[in-house]
Amino acid sequence: MTSVAVTGMGVVSPNGLGTQDFWSATRGGKSGIGRVTRFDPARYPAQLAGEVPGFRAEEHLPSRLLPQTDHMTRLALTAADWALADAGVRPAELPEFDMGVVTASSAGGFEFGQGELRKLWSQGSQYVSAYQSFAWFYAVNSGQISIRNGLKGPSGVLVSDQAGGLDALAQARRQIRKGTPLVVSGGVDGAICPWGWVAQLAGGRISTSNEPARAYLPFDAEARGHVPGEGGAILVLEDAETARRRGARTYGELSGYAATFDPRPGSDRAPGLRRTVELALEDAGLAPGDVDVVFADAAGLPDLDRTEAEAIGAVFGPHGVPVTAPKTMTGRLYAGAGPLDVAAALLSMNDGLIPPTVNVVPSPDYELDLVLAQPRPATLRTALVLARGQGGFNSAVVLESSGR
Amino acid sequence: MSTTRTFALDDLRRILLEGAGAEEGVDLDGDILDTYFDELGYESLALLETGGRIEREYGITLDDSALTDAVTPRQLIAVVNEHITAAAEVAA
Repeated sequence: MTSVAVTGMGVVSPNGLGTQDFWSATRGGKSGIGRVTRFDPARYPAQLAGEVPGFRAEEHLPSRLLPQTDHMTRLALTAADWALADAGVRPAELPEFDMGVVTASSAGGFEFGQGELRKLWSQGSQYVSAYQSFAWFYAVNSGQISIRNGLKGPSGVLVSDQAGGLDALAQARRQIRKGTPLVVSGGVDGAICPWGWVAQLAGGRISTSNEPARAYLPFDAEARGHVPGEGGAILVLEDAETARRRGARTYGELSGYAATFDPRPGSDRAPGLRRTVELALEDAGLAPGDVDVVFADAAGLPDLDRTEAEAIGAVFGPHGVPVTAPKTMTGRLYAGAGPLDVAAALLSMNDGLIPPTVNVVPSPDYELDLVLAQPRPATLRTALVLARGQGGFNSAVVLESSGR
Repeated sequence: MSTTRTFALDDLRRILLEGAGAEEGVDLDGDILDTYFDELGYESLALLETGGRIEREYGITLDDSALTDAVTPRQLIAVVNEHITAAAEVAA
């Protein structure tokens, strides 16, 4: 089967704009969680978020794109530009139908949609932007990246909450295996606006703590929900052979993937996460002992943390593999989370360093070897990344360093 | 009777910029009166947004064909002014 390599990445994270800033912050345990600034959160029960710092869209994008894009689409377009440049790919020089775009989204352009719906109800339909016709769609990032870069190959969007970012990468791999040599993939997400905020609050998983260092504590006895964040990563995936032929630098290969769906609430059947891990390893042709590090989903709610700890324990044994959750520095980024963790895992493998999980005092009940406070030096050839979406989605990808 | 407002190239430039921005490499301040909108980087959706903003600002209603038939700034300016004059006559 065709091997699929990651040859470029563009990162927009609450703890760093651009891959370099993100990685130096993540290695150093620097958090990007703080009080919401994109709107006044004073009247809401949750007031913390992970917001991407220092992003001024007009410095990165032409004015033509600004009236028609949500904030998260602007971040995605910028990340895609960076990913293509990082891969050394100039789309204009390649056959346009040989390049696709597959991204993930959890909510579409919520902030844009909020603004236009407000105009609809307060001023009337003639005040609603014509661009509302697509700017709030789930598929908008795929579409805009495709148009801006002239990528006309197989494209689409995956919508499965936080699992979606990994599902998109898997769909990109499928398209490459079906013959499209290059797919721009990943996810950049975010709905830090009042409409998005109340929707998240209604979901019941948001931490209402106002202390940035105490609000999101996965695998801690004091876990109380998560902090929402914005951002993510866009990756360039290529047929590894094509990439090698053109002399591309590769970060690593996407060698395994699986997705499962949980049984209905109250069922006596087991949750799907353990099976997801086993199937992803099987897909990669690897045994549990081959895995050097796990990037956890890290829901930050006791039930979900327990399910994840039990799945990891069942496959790898108690304290059987180093586990980390750098998303403790960013909050949960929904469709952006999986691709950002994949970027972090690839950078970890290249640096021989597992980034830390911050602020957490792990509950001993979980029997996890959590990498805490300081980054841990390690030889990393294989990484497992987990992501779960609200509603029962479980996804896992296996990454391997290219220099096997 | 108040003087009727007219719609000029500078008004169109301003509304295009507000509603749809400017394409990289296109100089809206240049001589664009007879340049096709698609060459200026504006597709049908950009013109729909532009038309909506003109309607709101000038209190007129452009029929669907007005926007699709006007393929250059000169043509759009002409059709908008016709509507403004017609609306003023009705009001008078």
